[in-house]
Amino acid sequence: MDFSDLRDGAHSLYPHAMTLDEVRGILSAQVLCCSDMLSIGIKFACGCDLMSDVLAFTQPGALLLTGLTNNQVVRTAEVLDLTAIVFCRDKQPDAETISLAEELKIPLLSSPHPLYESCGLLFKNGLNGCGGLRK
Amino acid sequence: MSQPDHLVSTGDSGTELHYTFKVEGGDFGSAGSVSTGIKKILQQIGVKPETVRKTAIATYEAEINVVIHASQGEILLTANRSAIQIVVRDKGPGIPDVDLAMQPGYSTASEAVREMGFGAGMGLPNMQRCADTLNITSKVGEGTIVEMIFTNE
Repeated sequence: MDFSDLRDGAHSLYPHAMTLDEVRGILSAQVLCCSDMLSIGIKFACGCDLMSDVLAFTQPGALLLTGLTNNQVVRTAEVLDLTAIVFCRDKQPDAETISLAEELKIPLLSSPHPLYESCGLLFKNGLNGCGGLRK
Repeated sequence: MSQPDHLVSTGDSGTELHYTFKVEGGDFGSAGSVSTGIKKILQQIGVKPETVRKTAIATYEAEINVVIHASQGEILLTANRSAIQIVVRDKGPGIPDVDLAMQPGYSTASEAVREMGFGAGMGLPNMQRCADTLNITSKVGEGTIVEMIFTNE
């Protein structure tokens, strides 16, 4: 596992952090781009279709699960330094959006599960949400 | 890093950087690219990460508003050691009632914009949450000017 992006001592704060590859496995997800980045650590996640809410309430480093597939989801991830994006219910972004994510090095995954189930599967496996971290 | 329009020496605050960026109304393909460019500039000149984050979020919301509502606009960035100023000017329909527009949940955006994850009436409240100072002046039928200050101390 590569948790090099976690600061010293952060493991005690994020005891259930997992790699993006573990996320992929739990969700039976397809990797759409940046397949060389599956070893990055995921500390927490949020599930949301409203980008303004993501901008208001998500912490840097979070994994975003969403049902939207347009390029503004990738832009939002770039603005917030989100780690990766999971599109739910087998949704696929267009080639332009995938290309933008590839350029920005933001891994994109597609999960066959709906948003609620995708979030639930990750939460059940110990991945926390961002809510408790809000200042 | 893109080149600033000009640099001004401001004494105690050191050098001040000035940038101007164009924003095209309706161009959802490029929407957000100015804000992420500004984020990179602020990171490269050593602005504190929390200030960079707040500036990037508020500028992105403002840029999206220009793309949604206006025919064209520009974003002016002024940065010195102690503060960041963002001014967003657009040619557009203007805001008839700024106080009403500031209320969370109030929006005049189209269904197409809502399907992109915006237009839920959270943009201006998000800008207010992030900026240390937010001023909006608007003329119906002409356009809107949003001025935001982010302190870096």
